[in-house]
Amino acid sequence: MNTRQQSKIIYSWYGNPMSSDRKLRTFQYKGIIIKSERSRTETCIQLGEFILVEGENADQPFVAQLLDLYEDGAQEKHAVVQWFCHITEIPQNKRKLLKREVSPQEVFFDQVSCYDTDIAAETIIKSVMVIPLHLGEELPISLNKEQTFYVKQSWDGKCFKALSPDTFSKLKEANKKGGGIPNSSNSFIPSDIISPLKKEREKVVPSATKPKNVELQIESKHSASKSSLAKERHSQRVANGIKTPTARKKLQLNSPTRSSKGRILGCEVLELLDDDCDAVTPLEPSATKRKVKFTGILGSPPKIPCGNDKSMFDTAEHWQRFSDTIQLSPYSKVKESDEKAKNLNMEDDTISLIGRRKLGSQSPVLTPRSRRMCAQNTSARIREQISILNTLELNQEEDFLSSSESSYSSSSEEEENDVLCTSEKKTKSSRVFSTPKSSRKSSVHTPAKTLKKTPLPGTPKTPRNATPEIPRRSHAAQKPASILEEARLRLHVSAIPESLPCREEEFQDIYNFVESKLIDGTGGCMYISGVPGTGKTATVHEVIRCLQQAAENDDLPSFQFVEINGMKLTDPHQAYVQILELLTGQKVTATHAAVLLAKLFNTPGPKRKTTVLIVDELDLLWTRKQNVMYNLFDWPTQKHSKLIILAIANTMDLPERMMMNRVASRLGLTRMSFQPYTYKQLQQIISSRLNSMKAFEEDAIQLVSRKVAALSGDARRCLDICRRATEICEFASRKRTPEIVKMAHITEAIDEMFSSPYINAIRNASLHEQIFLKAILAEFRRAGVEEATVQQVYHQHVALCRIEGMQSPTISEIMAVCSRLGACRLLLVESSNKYLHMRVRLNISQDDVMYALKDE
Amino acid sequence: QVQKILRERFCHRYATGKLFGIERQYRHLLELLKRTTVHGESNSALIIGPRGSGKTALLNHVLKELTEMKQVRDNLLEENCQFFMKNRFLSGLLQTNDKVALKEITRQLHLENVVGDKVFGSFAENLAFLLEALRKGDRTSSCPVLFVLDEFDLFVHHKNQTLLYNLFDISQSAQTPVTVIGLTCRQGILELLEKRVKSRFSHRQIYLMNSFDFKQYIRIFKEQLSLPAEFPDESFAQKWHNNVQYLSEDKTVKDMLQNLFHYTKDLRSLHLLLMLAVSNVTVHHPLITASDLHEASKQIRMDSKANIVHGLSVLEICLIIAMKHLNDVYEGEPFNFQMVYNEFQKFIQRKAHCMYNFEKPVVMKAFEHLLQLELVKPIERPSVRAQREYLLMKLLLDNNQIMDALQAYPNCPTDVKQWAASSLSWL
Repeated sequence: MNTRQQSKIIYSWYGNPMSSDRKLRTFQYKGIIIKSERSRTETCIQLGEFILVEGENADQPFVAQLLDLYEDGAQEKHAVVQWFCHITEIPQNKRKLLKREVSPQEVFFDQVSCYDTDIAAETIIKSVMVIPLHLGEELPISLNKEQTFYVKQSWDGKCFKALSPDTFSKLKEANKKGGGIPNSSNSFIPSDIISPLKKEREKVVPSATKPKNVELQIESKHSASKSSLAKERHSQRVANGIKTPTARKKLQLNSPTRSSKGRILGCEVLELLDDDCDAVTPLEPSATKRKVKFTGILGSPPKIPCGNDKSMFDTAEHWQRFSDTIQLSPYSKVKESDEKAKNLNMEDDTISLIGRRKLGSQSPVLTPRSRRMCAQNTSARIREQISILNTLELNQEEDFLSSSESSYSSSSEEEENDVLCTSEKKTKSSRVFSTPKSSRKSSVHTPAKTLKKTPLPGTPKTPRNATPEIPRRSHAAQKPASILEEARLRLHVSAIPESLPCREEEFQDIYNFVESKLIDGTGGCMYISGVPGTGKTATVHEVIRCLQQAAENDDLPSFQFVEINGMKLTDPHQAYVQILELLTGQKVTATHAAVLLAKLFNTPGPKRKTTVLIVDELDLLWTRKQNVMYNLFDWPTQKHSKLIILAIANTMDLPERMMMNRVASRLGLTRMSFQPYTYKQLQQIISSRLNSMKAFEEDAIQLVSRKVAALSGDARRCLDICRRATEICEFASRKRTPEIVKMAHITEAIDEMFSSPYINAIRNASLHEQIFLKAILAEFRRAGVEEATVQQVYHQHVALCRIEGMQSPTISEIMAVCSRLGACRLLLVESSNKYLHMRVRLNISQDDVMYALKDE
Repeated sequence: QVQKILRERFCHRYATGKLFGIERQYRHLLELLKRTTVHGESNSALIIGPRGSGKTALLNHVLKELTEMKQVRDNLLEENCQFFMKNRFLSGLLQTNDKVALKEITRQLHLENVVGDKVFGSFAENLAFLLEALRKGDRTSSCPVLFVLDEFDLFVHHKNQTLLYNLFDISQSAQTPVTVIGLTCRQGILELLEKRVKSRFSHRQIYLMNSFDFKQYIRIFKEQLSLPAEFPDESFAQKWHNNVQYLSEDKTVKDMLQNLFHYTKDLRSLHLLLMLAVSNVTVHHPLITASDLHEASKQIRMDSKANIVHGLSVLEICLIIAMKHLNDVYEGEPFNFQMVYNEFQKFIQRKAHCMYNFEKPVVMKAFEHLLQLELVKPIERPSVRAQREYLLMKLLLDNNQIMDALQAYPNCPTDVKQWAASSLSWL
């Protein structure tokens, strides 16, 4: 996801703190408003709803249920969530436990305890639907693929279980309550409405310090304005001229004039509300006004008394509620008022939809029960008339009742009021947006947005479907036939040995380091140095392999493993790109990748696993400003990074020699150096690789290992020599019976690899080339300087030729000889455009030349 | 005609006949590549030898034999025989940096990101793509890939030696079987490799040294001139072969070849000589003679700079002689035009030859002509401020060359010759 876009999203609390904890200095809230300035959308997410949370990968956010929202002492917004996990988050080896195909829309109720359920509120993206299903049920086909998930089973890190009935019902409730919201979340708010709304919120925020009753007023006022807003939105929708069910036709008739008027009126209402916000009973007039105006707009005369009725009832109801809160009435009363409110809302619906015949007959003192019945009746009528989405509406309305009854029984009276307000608002909004058009719109809207947001980041020129693969060979490779071939195969550097002999200590050290960090869930760096071919990379890979195995067996928390190699990067900054791609699969530019990675490691990532990063050939990540190295080693020091870095390089003192102080200090002091192998170790390595195959003489192995240990201690060299020796042996024994590798073969192989080529080259040079070298030596001796021009050498050459009695060559020929020797790098010559004045130097010592020439 | 066959042979150097004196190396390389193809074993090797020692020829031979062997053995799986060996020829002269080389590799491998022989994408992407491609394979199932890096020493100078590191790393790890073969004429190439690149290289070096003696050289000469067995005209072929045999025993021809052999063991120079000789063969002059060869060798051995001197005017010769004297006097110190002009004036005045008395601008013009022929070379770049007369120069001819050239110069005035022999001869 684009960071630029994210930066324009503003998170603010919805409503006032519900409760505060003095000790922890936290304030709890019931909802959060996410506002994106760019697209002018505003989303309100409440407790209990399902949300998408940003993961490492923008393409695949996490699903969670919002359980709690609070603000801590440092003014940071936090959220407590219940996770759901995608099938992709479950380790590969566990997936088969499921024994069935899982659709991408299915999630699992997550009971893994190790995930952090406390996340930053800023990581919430939007709300979604999660629908619980029984195990046998098929996934329903839904239009709204992006926003709907289904949950069938729970996952506790080891096995899958069917959802317990308790969680199932809880989820169901939560889902139904939140059901209407996702639609509203993406809706457009006209620009002129935003400003008063903002104003209002500004007032809401400082109100946290005000006395309770004022709070209440403002809250209810808020809900009122919301509802008017919602109505207005509805009218706009209608104005857009999309086909709506017949019941809405009345509205439609008036819509062209109403949409504009309604907007203005809405503003007026809000202004009025703003004006008398200090009054004790602001709700009464405002509510009345609203109703009156609404009906007035409709322009049907019989509606007005009804509207008055309504408003009267409204006020009465509000008064009741108000008194309730003041008197700290018992729960049942609150519930009652709750229901009343519900019914009121229903009536609101029906008034605008099917007229007030029914309502007209109703007295304002109806019992809640009958009111509810009446509401159901009216909604049933709606169902008759509107063919598509009424069932949903009805369900929602019923759900509201049940949810408010069950889930808020334990909460304080303040909360009760909140619930009232929100549920009221919800009914309105759900009513307004249950038109087929709006739902369609929202469903269409989201994919379009996401498409725009995730343009293909790679170069569009390369075909996307290109899979990097070498063509397969037409038939299988042959199996090794003889013992020597078998040995050669085992001795190849690429052959992975069962164990790494002679590096047990280092292995243990690294293993312990990584393991402890993994268990602690912290980050750290380790620097590993050693000359080439001492098994650094092999050991580290072995450690990772063991750790992965342990993680699979659930002995350790699972982790992500990422490896980069400085040599395999074209540019140090490409390291970011590669890490990000390996972590999340995104392909972006280097600078952008750096930003994303920094964000990833610096923010407290929910649910993120520890990352183990191997940086091979660290010295090549060196840049002048060293920012790549700095960043790499800075991330583990961040609190939430959970990043373990194993840096590998050749030089022991790289931190001191190459790195700036601030980089070196971040690298820390956890270092390890791999000593070159001793001959005994090399011997052991070869023997263990051969695995008691009788291909080598004992002495032969010892010879190789001693020789290599004396030279470099490079295990690769050792293995190469052995392989070459087997070849020589095989070659020599072709006529006779197959034999094992002896000392002689080893010696030959070593000679072949380490003999200096120069002397051989001189001996095989042509006569004049040799004379030329002699002439150079003579000239050097004459002048006393180890450098001569071709002209000088030429004179010497001619003189030597005269002594030998040979035809003296021409300058052109001398030049040819000279350039040939120069190409072999026996001589170092200048560029040839200086012709005779070209300077010549020997690339090998004079003694070597003398020695090579004398033997002739 | 004979000419056509032989010309083709010398010009294209297609793998005809045998390789000389490198049977051991040949077997080694053949084994190596066979193991790659048959067992899927990864390898790396360097073929090192001076120019013209047949490195490429050796490799081509091996590849040819390898494909033939495959055809013999895998009769049933004939179709994708050529798929078996992916042959990548990369030349250090053409692939001047890793970026270009990488694109070329991708193109030759026909990977899927190739669009109509063109490779798109950034360097980093290409590298990642290629590495990914090569990583996916394993020993038993993927098609072995042979990388041939011609002019290997130039790849060494690429930044960080990234390409080499990666190729060698693949050859040392359990990925797609690859064999990396480098061709170079630098003897100490291993010293140029970075230590970790060096560690990954298997240190197999195949040296080609031209280590044959003169007898073998004569044999090569005969073989190169012989006609193939399928030559249509039987009797002519017989005659031709007799002639070649006669030539190889001829004393003068032998001397001449000996000389050439002493200069260089490079077979290409022999080809060049024979080429010149063969081009004289016509219908009327069907056989090569010793004089043809002589002519050719003379042509080859000609001194280019001395040849230029032959075409100069007397004034220019005089200027060169003046420079020669200056070189003698000042022991090779650089000179400028004014000094040369003064020297020349001295000669004119002493001899009082008005016929050579040219105006200074004319002399200047002659001097500039010499400059253009690169017989004279300025030491420093000509700057705006310095006057042309005072630019310091050096003569690019040796005294011997000048004297030789004067001997051969037609119609050279005697006094000039005398002056050339000694600057004091007029006394």
